[in-house]
Amino acid sequence: MNGTETAGSAPLLEVTDLVKHFPIKRGILIDREVDQVRAVDGVSFKVERGETLGLVGESGSGKSTACRAVLQLIKPTSGSVKFEGREIAGLGRRQMRPLRREMQMIFQDPQASLNPRKRVGQIVGDPLKRQGVASGSELRRQVQELLERVGLSSEHYNRFPHEFSGGQRQRIGIARALALKPKLVICDEPVSALDVSIQAQIVNLLDDLQDEFGLAYLFVAHDIGVVRHISDRIAVMNEGKIVEQGSADQVCENPRDEYTKKLLGAVPIPDPRESRERRAGSVN
Amino acid sequence: MSLLSVSDLRVGFATEDGVVQAVDGVSFDLSPGEVLAIVGESGSGKSVTAQTLIGLTRAKNARIEGSVQLGGEDLLSAGDAEMRRLRGERIGMVFQDPMTSFNPVYRLGNQIVEAIRAHRGDVSKEQGRARAVELFEAVGIPDAKRRVDDYPHEFSGGMRQRAMIAMALALEPEVLIADEPTTALDVTIQAQILRLLEQLNRERNLATILITHDLGVVAEVADRVLVMYAGKVVEQGTLDEIFYDPQHPYTWGLMGSLTRIDRPRPRRLPQIAGQPPSLLDLPEGCPFRPRCPHEFSKCPQYPPLEAKLPESPGHCDRCWLSPEEKREKRLVEGQIGLEAPRA
Repeated sequence: MNGTETAGSAPLLEVTDLVKHFPIKRGILIDREVDQVRAVDGVSFKVERGETLGLVGESGSGKSTACRAVLQLIKPTSGSVKFEGREIAGLGRRQMRPLRREMQMIFQDPQASLNPRKRVGQIVGDPLKRQGVASGSELRRQVQELLERVGLSSEHYNRFPHEFSGGQRQRIGIARALALKPKLVICDEPVSALDVSIQAQIVNLLDDLQDEFGLAYLFVAHDIGVVRHISDRIAVMNEGKIVEQGSADQVCENPRDEYTKKLLGAVPIPDPRESRERRAGSVN
Repeated sequence: MSLLSVSDLRVGFATEDGVVQAVDGVSFDLSPGEVLAIVGESGSGKSVTAQTLIGLTRAKNARIEGSVQLGGEDLLSAGDAEMRRLRGERIGMVFQDPMTSFNPVYRLGNQIVEAIRAHRGDVSKEQGRARAVELFEAVGIPDAKRRVDDYPHEFSGGMRQRAMIAMALALEPEVLIADEPTTALDVTIQAQILRLLEQLNRERNLATILITHDLGVVAEVADRVLVMYAGKVVEQGTLDEIFYDPQHPYTWGLMGSLTRIDRPRPRRLPQIAGQPPSLLDLPEGCPFRPRCPHEFSKCPQYPPLEAKLPESPGHCDRCWLSPEEKREKRLVEGQIGLEAPRA
């Protein structure tokens, strides 16, 4: 299929049968592959323009590996990843570079994902500079505008990451991801390291930015409540496979898969009466 | 009759930039068999409170005031040797991350035996080992006989937390302090650990202090709740009082910003604006004032922690609004919340 022809009608991101196996090696001089970890084992999903697909699952379910394989940060073992109809699985770093403008990532730990020795202005402006979008005073203007858009102030331009709180650092990470006006942003547990009162702020910010820039999100998290709030559709992962996929409300209200039911049943409900009822109803 | 009684506990740390008053006047009583949840965000002082109870915050730059009484014994004035005896013997502690709380190079069983023998010199290694197996069985670790010889890395996160609880219970303490015991765990495992804590609490009449930021976890296990903000208790009451009749705007804000899978989702998530204040630069009066949409002329004075509802004398809060004003202001689109989500 020719990428340019289908760009209009093809989904923004189409992942088909994505597989990522990690070898388990034994031996001292000669590495023998004795087994494989099937981290992602045949995963298929689509993300349409401007849509949010939530990916939930417990630790080890393969959700983060799937994201990294989509972005080609790790090479998938097999399967296809199409971005605007164009196959990107197996592309090299150089071939991926122009595409990086279109797909960005927000990480879980805003402490670890910002270079402590760089100023905020550099961190947010670097993608713009590297892609040759802006330089000099224009670059500065664009970065300051971005900082204000994510709820920081343009005076933060010359500060270092350690001068900010966790929530503010996550805002810096969001500004950096948005700098190149991407079409797809992969959010890997973007609020799980934040305090409850700050989580809602960041979720709402992501919501606003989506409306404003027409972003599509692949939103990965273990907190099902947050995922359900932000997602149009949800895919549930378990042991490297997607066990259920559907609209956010349908998956949460009428789960079909046994594992999804178990997962939802374990989410604590912040309502003592309902929680007591639920415990009385379930057999220990 | 309360087992543990904390009154006006204050913990301050001298730093280069000034004194950080991490805990500022915390008081509570805990009875046998009761689960008290201390809820708060990072920096609220919930963990420092718990650590101070077992003497883990004693440092050169720390200033600890107030009183902590455990069955007639004063814990704050206890010497280091005395404190070592009390830890484990009378108060057990479970931490958030069981991986860093065990020594990775010793077998789990041996670590438990060591803990027992440090307090009870007359227990032989064989007896200690038998006790460790018993404890593993009590906390639901399958195949306990074999698994006591495993190393910590051979356990999954949930099993490791069970082993941690087994170790905390080894000397049959009266009080168990669990600091974010399920935060690092997956939800399905979290549910199991919460059931276990509940069961131990019931069967052994164990008084439990549960430190958490997760109101869902609180709703599942707590009897009473203490809400902390910037080192201070802003509200305390029974579980139902806190959830169905919350009096402090910060508590409303926390309730309102929860995402709930059992309710239709709102178009926008209600949020608390701003961020917690720096403990080095607290606002005058109520610490929540800068983030509170209901601030008024009285708020620059520090409100006392008082019961204002005649029908619930144990339900106290630190806010100048009258109960009538609160009932009216806390309803946002029919639900408890701080303010309507901005579009």
